[in-house]
Amino acid sequence: MSDLLRRREVVKELLAGRGDALVISGLGAPAWDITSAGDHELNFPLWGAMGGAAMLGLGLALAQPKKHVLVITGDGEMLMGVGALATIAVQAPRNLSIVVIDNERYGETGMQETHTAHGVDLAGMAKAAGIAQTFMVRSRPGVSQLKKRIYAGEGALFAQVKVDPEKLPLVLPPRDGALLKNRFRAALLGPEAAHQ
Amino acid sequence: MKKTAESAWPDEVHALLKAAGVRQVAIVPDAGHARLITLCEKDKSMRVVRLTTEEEGVALLAGAWLGGEKGVLLMQSSGVGNCINMLTLPIACQFPLLMLITMRGDHGEFNPAQIPMGNATQAVLEAMDVIVKRADSAEDVAEMVSSAARLAFNTYRPVALLIGQRVQGAKDFRKLTQKVPQ
Repeated sequence: MSDLLRRREVVKELLAGRGDALVISGLGAPAWDITSAGDHELNFPLWGAMGGAAMLGLGLALAQPKKHVLVITGDGEMLMGVGALATIAVQAPRNLSIVVIDNERYGETGMQETHTAHGVDLAGMAKAAGIAQTFMVRSRPGVSQLKKRIYAGEGALFAQVKVDPEKLPLVLPPRDGALLKNRFRAALLGPEAAHQ
Repeated sequence: MKKTAESAWPDEVHALLKAAGVRQVAIVPDAGHARLITLCEKDKSMRVVRLTTEEEGVALLAGAWLGGEKGVLLMQSSGVGNCINMLTLPIACQFPLLMLITMRGDHGEFNPAQIPMGNATQAVLEAMDVIVKRADSAEDVAEMVSSAARLAFNTYRPVALLIGQRVQGAKDFRKLTQKVPQ
């Protein structure tokens, strides 16, 4: 076995003791990762809309400035919407963290390589865009440090976490988008959310 | 000077977006939206979010609604093509989405490159199950925006209002080749 970080352990550690943090995931493996850590009303896993996870996080972070908003997504998903790094840097929400679980692969379609397998440095791109805090993480102590920074709320924050391209059993969240949205809003906004 | 209907619609639209509780204003600029964008930028109750591509706005406003805020997406018709797959979000999850789209490739167009997307805008949106309304005169814009906003936010659907090129007049490229007086 490689000494690379294991994605499910990373995500589990980042979400342990999350309190009332709001969690968005990109489609595919990151959705299975956050669900593996425990299905939660304040999770909004995407089943499609590739390239949209970080921007969804931005809209949520602007609407809920007092809550930590954590976007957990994959390298392929982030690359598809990479312009969002510029948009987020300009808005600079302190409560938004984007964590890319980078296995350097398109995992759901047969483990084809992404650009990050060929040296594309997403954390460097985020830094150049002007995102306040950026991290490249390759070790367990790095994950613990990252967790502290996420819950300190001094972002915007972007982290690229290099992980083993292991194949894992899927852990599926509910897939009815209206259900995911409605339960999230009810948990966050209370019963009146149904009457907005 | 009293404003004519032609010049007053952005002010009316800004006022009714404000009254509807719109907080996040996602934009890729278009000349036709210039005054409305300026009004939103001056309004402290609104947050203008400049995008790199229009599809970012579709995702942004889904996040806004998840967090209890309403928004609007302002763009030109060529941006519709950039949004198509991202429209999965409002359709699959029943998010409200209000899009105000100024048309190019429409009334009196000069630029051939604006025609393919302009001509396809309505069909492409309708193929994605977006409700499409049109306003082709300045007098109609505010009322149609109000109607589109109510449809989107009351019925949890993506709704697009196409504001015809006739409302703002086509860009005169030949005139723009003339020397600008200093």
